[in-house]
Parts: sequence; structure tokens; C-alpha cells
Amino acid sequence: MNLPVLILHAAGTNRDAEAARACELAGASPHIVHINQLREGTSRFSDFGMLVLPGGFSYGDALGAGVRQALDLRVFFHAELTGFIETGKPVLGICNGFQTLVKAGLLPGAADEWGRRSEGRQAVARRDVTLTHNARDRFECRWVHLAVENGARAGCLAQIREPVFCPVAHGEGNFQVSDDEALERLEEDGLVAFRYVDTDGTRANGRYPINPNGSVADIAGICNRAGNVIGLMPHPEDHVDPIQNPLGDGKGLGLSLFRAMIESAAG
Amino acid sequence: MNKIRIEVTKHSEEGDPRIAAAAHRLGISSLRSCNRTQIFFIAYRAARAPSSNQIKRLCDLLLVDPVTESARVISQPRPCPDDSQTQPSNASDEHVIEVALRPGVTDVAARVLERGAAELGIHDLKAATAAQFRLKGDLSRTDLHRLARDLLCNDTIERYSLDAIEPLFGHSSDARDYVEQVSLTGLNEEELLACSRERLLSLDAEEMKEIQSFYDEIGRAPTDVELETLAQTWSEHCVHKTFKSNIAFALRSAGGQALSVEDVQGLLRTFIQAATEKVNRPWVRSAFVDDAGIIEFDDKFDLAFKVETHNHPSALEPFGGANTGIGGVVRDIIAVSARPIACTDVLCFGPQNVPPEELPAGTLHPARVEEGVVAGIGDYGNKLGLPTVNGAVIYDEGYLGNPLVFCGAVGLLPKGSHPTEPRQGDRIVVLGGRTGRDGIHGATFSSAELTQETHSESGSAVQIGDPITEKGLIELVEAARDQRLYNAITDCGAGGLSSAVGEMGEKLGADVELQDVPLKYPGLTPWEIWLSEAQERMVLAVRPGNLSRLRELADLWDVEMRDLGHFSGDGWLRVRYGGRAVAELPMSFLHDGLPIPSRTALYREPTPDQSSLQTVRARARPVLKEKELLVRMLSHPTVASKERIVRTYDHEVRGGTLVRPFVGPHMDGPADATVLKPLGTWGHGRAFALSAGINPLLGKRDCYAMAVSAVDEAFRNAVSVGADPDRIALLDNFCWGNPTFPDRLGALVRACQGCYDAAVKFNAPFISGKDSLYNEFEGRPIPGTLLISAIGIVPDMRRTCTSHFKEPGNCIFLLGETREELGGSLLGQLLGWDGGDPPSLPEEPLQRYRAVHTAMQAGLVQSCHDLSEGGLAVALAEMCLGGRLGASVDISAAIGCGFSHPYVPLFSETNGRLLLEVAPSDRAALEEILSGVPVALIGEVTEADQLSWARNGQPVFNISIEEILSAWKEAEAD
Repeated sequence: MNLPVLILHAAGTNRDAEAARACELAGASPHIVHINQLREGTSRFSDFGMLVLPGGFSYGDALGAGVRQALDLRVFFHAELTGFIETGKPVLGICNGFQTLVKAGLLPGAADEWGRRSEGRQAVARRDVTLTHNARDRFECRWVHLAVENGARAGCLAQIREPVFCPVAHGEGNFQVSDDEALERLEEDGLVAFRYVDTDGTRANGRYPINPNGSVADIAGICNRAGNVIGLMPHPEDHVDPIQNPLGDGKGLGLSLFRAMIESAAG
Repeated sequence: MNKIRIEVTKHSEEGDPRIAAAAHRLGISSLRSCNRTQIFFIAYRAARAPSSNQIKRLCDLLLVDPVTESARVISQPRPCPDDSQTQPSNASDEHVIEVALRPGVTDVAARVLERGAAELGIHDLKAATAAQFRLKGDLSRTDLHRLARDLLCNDTIERYSLDAIEPLFGHSSDARDYVEQVSLTGLNEEELLACSRERLLSLDAEEMKEIQSFYDEIGRAPTDVELETLAQTWSEHCVHKTFKSNIAFALRSAGGQALSVEDVQGLLRTFIQAATEKVNRPWVRSAFVDDAGIIEFDDKFDLAFKVETHNHPSALEPFGGANTGIGGVVRDIIAVSARPIACTDVLCFGPQNVPPEELPAGTLHPARVEEGVVAGIGDYGNKLGLPTVNGAVIYDEGYLGNPLVFCGAVGLLPKGSHPTEPRQGDRIVVLGGRTGRDGIHGATFSSAELTQETHSESGSAVQIGDPITEKGLIELVEAARDQRLYNAITDCGAGGLSSAVGEMGEKLGADVELQDVPLKYPGLTPWEIWLSEAQERMVLAVRPGNLSRLRELADLWDVEMRDLGHFSGDGWLRVRYGGRAVAELPMSFLHDGLPIPSRTALYREPTPDQSSLQTVRARARPVLKEKELLVRMLSHPTVASKERIVRTYDHEVRGGTLVRPFVGPHMDGPADATVLKPLGTWGHGRAFALSAGINPLLGKRDCYAMAVSAVDEAFRNAVSVGADPDRIALLDNFCWGNPTFPDRLGALVRACQGCYDAAVKFNAPFISGKDSLYNEFEGRPIPGTLLISAIGIVPDMRRTCTSHFKEPGNCIFLLGETREELGGSLLGQLLGWDGGDPPSLPEEPLQRYRAVHTAMQAGLVQSCHDLSEGGLAVALAEMCLGGRLGASVDISAAIGCGFSHPYVPLFSETNGRLLLEVAPSDRAALEEILSGVPVALIGEVTEADQLSWARNGQPVFNISIEEILSAWKEAEAD
């Protein structure tokens, strides 16, 4: 049986259908589920083998990107979601989904396992990473190259053989940390998953527009310590067929990320 | 109520450089920096005061980003009086301006905060938001007021204070059921017009008299609800009376001699619909009947396309005006039961560098208009998850007081899925946003001219959109459509419920209870509820048995739903408030009572500058050589790169954008049109193209030429990316001045004649259109502007074409003959010369486009680009820059003879021309396919880093790719 994938839809989610198409092409069975169905219990996280938080503007991002949806995950779905993550099932957050996971404290996750903290169930781990307004302070849409980080905790990424080429489309994708120490920890712990690079695969080193938003250390995506939760700003689901490639060179399918994660769940 | 004020400040001390720069443009150079603090207000009853721990959680979880921000929480009334000083007094060069939305304007952040707080267990609190700007510099109070008014606060929707701003938590007035009887009996023409004016009805004397005699006959006075309903239904905006009016049209020669007098029985019928009927294409599913035009896409789906304008709201509140412009046109697509899948936008602004002191009083600076409009379009389209893909931006002084904002939307619907017949007994259901006092008089407001005072008078006509509510509507209506839960659907646009219910119930009659309309706040009178143009609402006719299933869907998608009444079947419109009738009108009078106006139109043929190009060139100082002219054209704001705008729109969402706004290895060359593949149709290779044609510069010279050229431009742009020329449909959008002036109307008639002639020649139907008239500021009309939008079927998504050069050594062909047509051209504008003939239509344009399409389908065309403003010179330069490749061409090879001046082949703007790049090995095959059409080999793509021009083998000039790029991207440099 194909892996059943939960594609979460909250008010304002909009790249759910593309994420579903990507999952399908990668051999899984996607189900777009409205967050209200999960609230009512007509559908449960545990029914699925993988979770995708797709792009969009959940609740209009009116209080900051992903903030309101993160509250849902932290408060209402805390126990269910913690359970899901602790079983090691893959979770992918793209764009608004990534912002949500970061603001919910699920990415990179607390140094000790999230959810077992002494402050209690809904405690807020002091967050030292964030996704904030682009350095140019405006929404921007353009294609970018992403190097998959060698040695990232997310072991499934090792099977992606070439840089991924796909678009960004966001206003708050600037990955920042509270201090140098926080960045060092990310790097040392293997939590950086993707970085912005140029066509030759060379690190952007902050150069615009190769690094489109000013992210520190060119970080485009990160993972948690267990390696099963991955988030990134760019949209691999918008490059699942070579015909979508604006350069027409057949390279850098974003589908490879979906394949890798789905296979990791199946295997 | 007690209050808490929470100030959220960024750690970074870096100010917003754009505000400082804008202040300097205003002449306030002493402003050194400006930082922004977000303010949240929370109000609660003393008995339900949230604990300090709860407030901390609210901050931690919802309001403050711990990495980038920190918060200060202030209780009000303040425990410590020292804290009350917002305006810092210690340092004279630190100042504060606080800005908040006016009551009644949608504050999405406040609503999300209230619901989020409830999720945290903090109930019954009310929220409001504001922004604090902290300014540094030696600024007087006058400076501060000026910065507030001209930069930081838009009086139309916002208010400001130089001290701590007082939050307002929505209206708190009581419900008002006041209905006024407005007696018209015995009023003379002047008094009737005064009544129309005072109530902002925009009805003329004939119309007021018609209403007067109707009520005299039935023996009572109209209620305010009835009068407002009639004014909306009969407004130019809703009924398009100018396009339906009988026009006595006189054509005169440039010398004033009468050439012809014609009786036009309605512009729409005579020219636009007539063209559609004449070409009679079987793949047109719906033209001019529904809220959008519909054509066939494939075996399962149809495509709907609509373009609207939102000019006057955008002039007053650029962000909100453009924001709701997109929202409105997307609802037109929902209203034909289609799933919206893309947006388009075409914008016309005043020059961005106009000095503030030269601005007409009462207008916003064009830079502020552009910034707001672009942000408004991006905000709504991006949040709906729709790619904004095709557009243009035009700059001209004629748009200083009255910018144009064309918003388009495309939708996909399964064949036969759009029901259009409400039945007797069907419930009248309103879905979506709540009703407030926003947007009242939008329809009549758009049917009047703008003046200096419009800003203050018409504030309520402008709104801010809530795209997330509209997104819910999209999902809900699609699901309801698939379950066949409604018999008819329409959107609440201009005129609000009065138009939606009035139109849907035209044949049956409708009975509505206004107290059942969900309100944002109490205090609205019945006519305000009935007329409000609050956004994000749809009206459906629903069989009573389907109500519960519809409600389940509405709950799932978090959309508010209310049952307002039913379609009665007796042909009367009955509006009640608390059971009491506040309007009772026969639908027949509402819809057929409007007297068809008669108008006179006069068109005088243009008087061109008699001096020839040669004499103009001879006397011009300084003498601009070809290369300098090309550089100026490439850096002309209308031609130059629009990347700074277009990249703020998501053009990738839905994953189906195959030809994008920017093309080439660096993804920065201009595309002629967009090709989209709808999600859900990947099983086959068919896609569709969207393109546009617009040239108001030409319209200033000759409106007929503008119309035929716009059709050709839209058409050839679609063909150049791979659309089948026999499957292209057109939309017309006219933005014009006050049509009661015979000269404005005469030009409009000429443009409509051009539309007809061109559409028939291309065998292409008009499927939808819209006119926006009264675009004048202080009596000065905008340049008559026609936008032609095209939607065309691309039979094979693997056979699309882009505009950038691909391979050195390839041949460059120029399709079409070049004529000496420089009238209304970019060259003319740069030389300050109003002479020359305007472009006309080629004899057989369709034949050549069919041949090009055949060649593309055979895979013979490597790249294709259309020639428009700036002619061959600009088009070739764009192909070079997109591909970062050179070219070598000889302009004497172009078809067309006896050019009076070397500039003609370079800069002429003759229609019907395309540039084609073809591999040498495909040359023979191409020439065979194009054997019957005018085409010439003019040069080849080269590896050299330059575009080289020659004439009869003699070099004319060279321009490097670097020079081309820097000219074309000059404006992007900031």
C-alpha cells in the first residue's frame, strides 16, 4: 500500500494541491485534510505515515508568518503531533509550513526532546532561530539553487544527488539566529539541511539574489535532531516535472526530496 | 473597559530607508531615520481581566518573535503617570507618529489576535492594532503633520496622532432602523438634480424625472432604500448606459469638414457583440452574459476570463483599491462557478519622478500610488495562492490624477457545471464576509469624476480586502458546485446586496429580511446594509433541501453563511427590516425603467505634425544618433524591466507557469505572454496563453489605430508563445473620460469601430469586457485607454516559445512588412514629434500568424518575439539581453521599400510583425511553411557580445549587451 500522507490545510493554505501532486508522483497517497477535520476528530494524525505542512498564508499571516498556525500546533494538537514526531514519521514543512514549524518550536526543536520539558505540556522552549522579513523587506518570487547539506541529521537527504532547483515565493524567509552560538550549534549538530548556492553549486555567501532573502549562512532549510522533521523556504513541489524547469536543462527536480522522505518512511 | 497597550519593537536599530528616502523626496531632508513599532491594544471588562501570565503567553506565542523583537506591556489607565509620555520630550530630535485604522476598516490582525487569544483560554477580549513611527531629525510639528499625511497615514482609511493614539474597538453605536421617505413630488429639474447630488446618487435629470413620475403614479414617496437601489442599479458602473445608449456620431476631417453622420444603436451591440456574432466561434461557451467570458479548454474543462478596473478607489487608497480590485475580479470568476487559477494586472501611472510641488492638489504622488497598488495586488493574489502572471505598466502624465488599475482573473470549471437559473422558492443565501459601512456608494462613485475633494467625501467608498476570507469562499463554492447545491450564484460587487439580489431575482422577484444580514458592527441603517459593498461576499440561490449540506461545508471552511429570504415568483423586490417593508418595487421598473439615453459624439480626425521626420531630425538639438535613441527607449519606464514589480507577485504558485514573465538563462528577459498549465489537467499536453495589448501613447494620436493595434499586439503576443491563432478570444476594457462630452465619446466610438474591424479580421471573438468612464481629474480626462486581453489555447505545452536568443549561428527572420508608421510611436515621443502615419492593420494578419504557428508546432522556431514600442530596434535588443547573445542584422533586408529615413526600419511600429530565430538546418523547412507570407532573413545570432546593425552591408551602429542591459535595467538599480 502506498504511504498515506496528511497534507494539512488551514485557512489560507494554498500550495496543498501541488504538494499532493508531488507526493503522488513520488509514490505516496496524499490526503488534503482541513485542520477543522482534525479538530473534530474525523481525521487523526496517527492515521497517516507522513505529514506535509504546505505553503500559503495560514490565517493570513496577520501576526507574522506561521505564528497563528503554530499556536494550533502548540496548543490544540500538541500531544497528537508530539506523538507523531516521536514515532519518527517524516514531517515536511514548506514555506509557510516551515515558518509554522519554526515558530512552534518544532524546528530545530529543543536540545532535549521537545515535549518532555519540565515546564509542562504547552511550555515554550526559548526559541533561538526564526524566519523574519526578507532583507529587502518585500515579497519575492524567483528560482533558486539549493545544495543539500552533507552530513545533515536528516539521513534521507543523502540520496539526493544534485542541487535542487525550485522557486522561492515569500516575504518572510530570512532565516536568522539569536546569536553566533545558536548558529554554531545548528552547524555542529548537523541541523542545516539546505543552503542557497549559485548555478555551479558554490555557496551564495549572502550574495543577492542567489541568497534571495538575506538568510544567515545561506540557510534555506533545517531539520531536527532526530532527522525526521525537515523544513525549507523554497518550493520543491513546484518542480516535479522537467517541463516546469525555466532553464529547460532537466536538472534539479524537487521531486527528489519527496521521494527521499517518502522512501525513508516506507523503509 | 480596561485596556492594555503592547508595543512590539525590533531589536535592530536599523530604520526603514524607504521612508527616509520618500521624506527626502517630499523635501523634508532633516528626517534622519524612521523606525516602526507595532502596537496591539487589548480591551477587557474588569471582571474578566486576563492574568499577567496570560498576557505573557499571548506575547510569547502570538505577538513577539523572541529572536528579532521585544515587547513592552503598558496597562491603561496607566499605573504610573510618568509612563504616559509617548512623544519623547527629552530629545528634541526624536518624534513619534502613531497611525491606526479608522473604525469599520477591516483589521485582520486584530481579529486573528482575538481568536488566537480564545484558543489560549483568554475569552471576551477585544483587540485593535496601530503602528508607531519613531522619527529622528530636526522636525517641526508642521513637518510631522506633513509626514503623517503624505507618507505614513492615508486619511481615507487611517487616522493618526502625534501623541499616543486612542484605540477604537469597532463601532459601538446602537442599531438604527431609520428609513426616510424622500418626497419627489413637485420638484423641478433643478431640485431633482440637487437631490441626486446631495445623496451622491449620480442620476441625471431624465432619470430623476422617470423616478418622480413612477412614484407619482403609485401615489407615494420613495424610501431612501428604494432611491439608493435605483441609483445603484441604474448607475453607469452597473448598467453601462453609455455603451447601450443611442449615439449620433459625426465624423469630421482634420479641417473641420463633415465627413459622415452615423446613428449608433449602442456601442456594445454594434461593435463588440456584433464582432463576436460575426466570427461565431463554436468554442465560445459564454460571451457577455455571465460575470466572465467562458471558452472551451479541453474535453472536461472550460476556461473563464474576466478583466475589471479599480481606478478611483486606487487613486484614493492605492493599496486597498488594488487589493479589492483583485478580490472583486476573482469573485467574478467564482460567480461563474469556476476555480480561480491565475491573475493578471495592467497598470497606468503618472511619471514616478514628478516633483511633489507639481502634483495637482488632492492627489497622491505617483510613486506612492505605484507602491501601494503593486503591494495591494501582490498581497491579495499571493494570499489567494494565485499566480499573477501577465501584465504591463505604462507611465504617462495623463494618469497623474487618475491612475488605471486593470485586474484580471482566470478560472477553470468542469463543463456544464455552472447553474444560472434560480427557481421560485429558492433561498437567498449570503456567504462570506460581514457587512459594514465600507464601500457604500462605490458604484455611483465610480460613475463620477474625481475632484480635489473626492478624498474627503468618498472615504467610505474604499476598503481593505481580506483575502483569507475569499480563499475560504473559493474552496466552499467549488465544493458546493461539485455537490450541485445551488441553482444560481453571483458576487456582491458594486451595489452590494441590492445588485446581487436585484439581478438574480430579476425574473422571479425576491423577498429579503435585512436584519438577518450579519454585520461587522451595529448601527447601520437599512439602506446602508442593502447597499454596502463590503468585500468577500457571494449570494447563492439554494433549494431549501440543500441548505443543511451547504451549512456543513460552510462550517468546514470557516465561512459565515446566512439565509436572507427567498425568490418569491411575483416579480417584486421586497426588502424588509425587522418584518417592516423598507422597499417595494416591481423588478420590471428596477431593470427596465431606466430611460435609454441619447448622446452625441463628435470625432475630428487628428491633425498630424506636418513637418517630416527629416526636418524634425534636422532641427533637433542635440542630435540623437540611432544608438542613443535605442538606449533611451530601453530605459523608458514603459519599456524598461519591471522586475522590481513583477517579482513581488508569486508567479509560480499552482506549479503550472510554463512560460514565465521573465525568460532566458538569467531569467530576466521580457516574455511576450504567459503560458499556464492548469493543475488537474496534466494528463494531456494542452495549455493556454494569456497576453495583453495596450498603447495609450498611440491613442493620443488616433483612437482607431490604438484599437486595431491593441488587438494585433495581444493576438501576436499570444501567438508568439505558442497559442493557436484560431483559438484566441479577446477581452476589451475601456477606460475613458466623461462620455457626456461629445469629443470624449467620439474618440470612444472610433476605438470601438477599431475593435470591431480588428476582431473580424482576426476571426477572434470578444467574450467579455468592461468600461470605466468618467476617468477625469478636475475636468481633465485621462488619455482614452483601451486594454485588449487575450486568452488562447496552446495545443502542445512542449511546443511553446520564448523570446530570448538560444544559439549562435541561428538565422533571424523578420515576419511582416515594415511600413513608415511612426505616428504615436515611442520615437515620436522622444523626438517631440507628432507626425507620421499611425500603424494600421496588415491585409492578411491571420494567415501569417497561422503559418508561424504551424512552424512552431513543427518545432522549427527556437525563439519568437513581438515588435511593439520602439519597433525592431527594441525587440532585437530584448532578444539579445534575454539570451546574453549577440546578433548581426542588416535592416535593408527587411520587407518594405523606399524608407524615407534610416530610422524607419529601426523604430517604426508597424503591426503584424514578429522576430523568429531558426536553426540553419531548419531554414528550408521554415521557408516552405512561410512561403505565402511576407518574411525576410535579416541576420543571425552571434557569439559576439554585441548587437550590430548594418544597412546595405554598411555598419550603422553597434551596441554591447552590457549597454543594453544597463539601459533596460537602469530603474532596477536601486
